[in-house]
Amino acid sequence: MKSYLLPEFKIDREEERCIRCRVCERQCAFETQRYDGELERMFSDAEKCVGCQRCVIFCPANALSVSSNQFAYRLNYGWTRERISDLKKQAETGGIILAGCGNDKPYRIYFDHIVLNASQVTNPSIDPLREPMELRTFLGQKLDSLALELEPGSEFKDVEIKMELPPTVMIETPIVFSAMSYGAISYQAFKSLAIAASGYGTLFNTGEGGLPKDLRAKYWKNAIVQCASGRFGVDAEYFNCSTAVEIKIGQGAKPGIGGHLPAEKVSYSIAETRMIPEGSDAISPAPQHDIYSIEDLSTLIYALKEVTNYEKLVSVKIAAVHNSAAIASGMVRAGADIIALDGLRGGTGAAPKIVRDNVGIPIELAIASVDQRLREEGIRNRSSIIAAGGIRCSADVIKAIALGADAVYIGTAALVAMGCTLCQKCYTGRCSWGICTQDPYLAKRINPDIAARRLMNLLRGWSLEMKEMLGGMGINAIESLRGNRDHLRGVGLQEWELDVLGVKGAGE
Amino acid sequence: MGVEGVFRGIMRRIYCKEEVCIGCRLCEVWCRIEHSKSKKVLKAFLYEKERAIQRVQVEERGAVSFALQCRHCEEPDCVYSCISGALYKGNEVVMHDTSRCVGCWSCVLACPYGVIAMDEVRGKAWKCDFCEGVGREEPICVEKCPNEALRLALVLEVEHAESE
Ligand code: SF4
Ligand code: SF4
Ligand code: SF4
Ligand code: SF4
Repeated sequence: MKSYLLPEFKIDREEERCIRCRVCERQCAFETQRYDGELERMFSDAEKCVGCQRCVIFCPANALSVSSNQFAYRLNYGWTRERISDLKKQAETGGIILAGCGNDKPYRIYFDHIVLNASQVTNPSIDPLREPMELRTFLGQKLDSLALELEPGSEFKDVEIKMELPPTVMIETPIVFSAMSYGAISYQAFKSLAIAASGYGTLFNTGEGGLPKDLRAKYWKNAIVQCASGRFGVDAEYFNCSTAVEIKIGQGAKPGIGGHLPAEKVSYSIAETRMIPEGSDAISPAPQHDIYSIEDLSTLIYALKEVTNYEKLVSVKIAAVHNSAAIASGMVRAGADIIALDGLRGGTGAAPKIVRDNVGIPIELAIASVDQRLREEGIRNRSSIIAAGGIRCSADVIKAIALGADAVYIGTAALVAMGCTLCQKCYTGRCSWGICTQDPYLAKRINPDIAARRLMNLLRGWSLEMKEMLGGMGINAIESLRGNRDHLRGVGLQEWELDVLGVKGAGE
Repeated sequence: MGVEGVFRGIMRRIYCKEEVCIGCRLCEVWCRIEHSKSKKVLKAFLYEKERAIQRVQVEERGAVSFALQCRHCEEPDCVYSCISGALYKGNEVVMHDTSRCVGCWSCVLACPYGVIAMDEVRGKAWKCDFCEGVGREEPICVEKCPNEALRLALVLEVEHAESE
C-alpha cells in the first residue's frame, strides 16, 4: 500500500560543508543517510529519520541539521499533525500504535505551577558551602515506638534497644534510578546505571528482566530487584542479591497494561538472565495473576520477606491512578516498606500510544493525596514513598519531597544524561544512541565508563542544586522538608488543585 | 616464572578497546585533519591541493570494529625492510621521512599489522607518527575518539632474556 505519511523530520545538509566522511551514514541506525559513490556525495531519505540527532552531534563538519517538519499540513488545533499522521498510520497498518518514552501531551505539569519559599529577614537562610547540609535519606519503615532498656541510675549511658529493628536503606541523595530492565535497555546502559548508583551511593532498579549474574557480586548492594507479573529471572538468589525487592503492579506509562519483549531481542544472555528459552517472547501479563486483593498482595510481600530473611525492604510499585490514595493505604497495611508511585508522564520502552497518552494521573497530585491519606490514617511512617514519572530537574525533586515523597525515581532524566534525545522510537530496538537496543553494533555506543560518569555528574549537579534550594529555605536537612507543604505555593492553579496538592496559592 | 630483561624505558602506546569502538571512523577523519596543512576540517577535506593522508584505519566486521595504527614495534620490521632509510626508529616512535621515501612498498609488505598506507598518487608511504610530526603531545585520535575507545597507555619496554 502506498504510504500517505509525511516525513516527520527535515534533514538539511550544507553541501559546501559536507566532507563526505560518511560518519552520519554509519551513525544513523535507521539508514537515513546514504553515500553515493558514483556522485561522491551524501543523500538523505528524510522519511526514515526519527529525529534522534545522532548524526548531527557526530558530524565532524557541522554540516547537518535535522528539524521537525512542522508545517506540513494546514494548521488545525483539533486535527493536529499528530492526529492526522496517527490516522494514516492506522489506516495503513490496522494495528495498535506503539510509542516509547512517556506521555508527551500538554497535561498540566504541576511542578511548573508550584514555587518554593526562601528565607528573608525574619529567618536566616543557610549557605550550603559553609554549613553542613544533609541529603541522606533513609528508606523503609520508621517505627511507631522504640522499646529501650535503661540501666537505672546510669544517666542514659547504658541504653539498649530492646526490640528488633526493621531494615532501612541509606542513600546519599534522594534520587534513585527507576526500573529499566536488561532487555528493554542494553546491557551497557544497564551496567552504567549500576556503576553510577554504586559510585554515588544510591540505588538502581533492575526492572523485571532479572539481574545479570556478572553484576551481582559488585552491585547487589545498590540493586532494587523487581518481581513483576512475568516473574522473569526470579529465584531466591536473585531476591537476595539486592537491597530491596520491588513488586511491580503497574507502570505510569501504561497502567493496567503488561509488557512484551519480542523474541528477536531475547538473546542468549537476556534469556539466561530472564530464565527463559533463547529467542522466545518475554510476555508480562497485565495483572499479577496471584494478586487480586490487598490480602493477596500481603501474602506476596511476606513471601518475599520470608525468602530474604526479613533483611531486605519490600517495595510495591503502582501506577498513579484515580484511587491511588486508598490503594496506597492498603499497600502500607499489607506490609510494604516502600510505596512507589509512577505518574502519568512516566517512561517506557514500548506502550500502546493511546494508553501512554491517556491513562493515569499526574504524579504531583498522586504524591499529595497519598501522603495526606497516610498521614490522616497515622501510618505514613510505616512506608517510604518514592515518586516517579516526569522528574526533570532538581527543583522537581525538591517539590516532590515537599509534597510528601521520601525520594524520587528518575528514568527518562537518567537516559537523557546518557544520550537519549526522547525520539520515542525505543520500541523499534534501533536506538541510535545504544540505549534501547540489543543490537551489538548499536549497544556498543554506550561506553559504561562514560555513561556512568555522566550519570554521576547528573546526581552531583542535582544534589548541589538541592542543597542551594534547601539553604535558601533555611532548612539544613532534606528530612525537614518532607511533606513540608508550607514551603510551597501554587501559581495559576484552581481551588480544587490547590486543595488536592495541599498548598496555598502564592501571596496567601 | 617471570620475565627478565634489560629495562629499555617507558613507552607510550595507543590501544583500542574493541568493545567500545563504535566504528564511527572519526579517528580517521581527525588524523587526516591534523596532518593537513591547515588543520581545518573543511580546508583539509575540500580545498587543500595536497590531500593529507590518514594514518589510522578502522577494521570492521559486523558489530566488531577497532582502530588500528602503527604499533611502534620494539623490533620494527618496516624499518629493517626500508631500502632508502626513510623509516627510522626515533625516541619511542617509528618515524617516516616522506622526503626520502621512494614508494617501493617494502615496508607495506613487511608490516605485520598492515598499517602503512600506500599513496599511489604521490608514490609515498604514510604511517602514524604518534602525532609527533605535527607537534602534539597527545595523539589527536585519542583525544577525539567520541567513545573513549582509544586510550594512551604507558608500557614498560624490556629487552627480553630467556627466563624460567
Ligand atoms: S534518525 Fe537520527 S541519525 Fe538518522 S538521520 Fe534522523 S536524526 Fe540523523
Ligand atoms: S557526517 Fe557530516 S560531513 Fe560527514 S558525510 Fe555526513 S554530513 Fe557530510
Ligand atoms: S573514533 Fe574511536 S570509536 Fe570511532 S572508529 Fe575510531 S576508535 Fe572507534
Ligand atoms: S597517533 Fe596521530 S598519526 Fe597516529 S593514528 Fe593517531 S592521529 Fe594518526
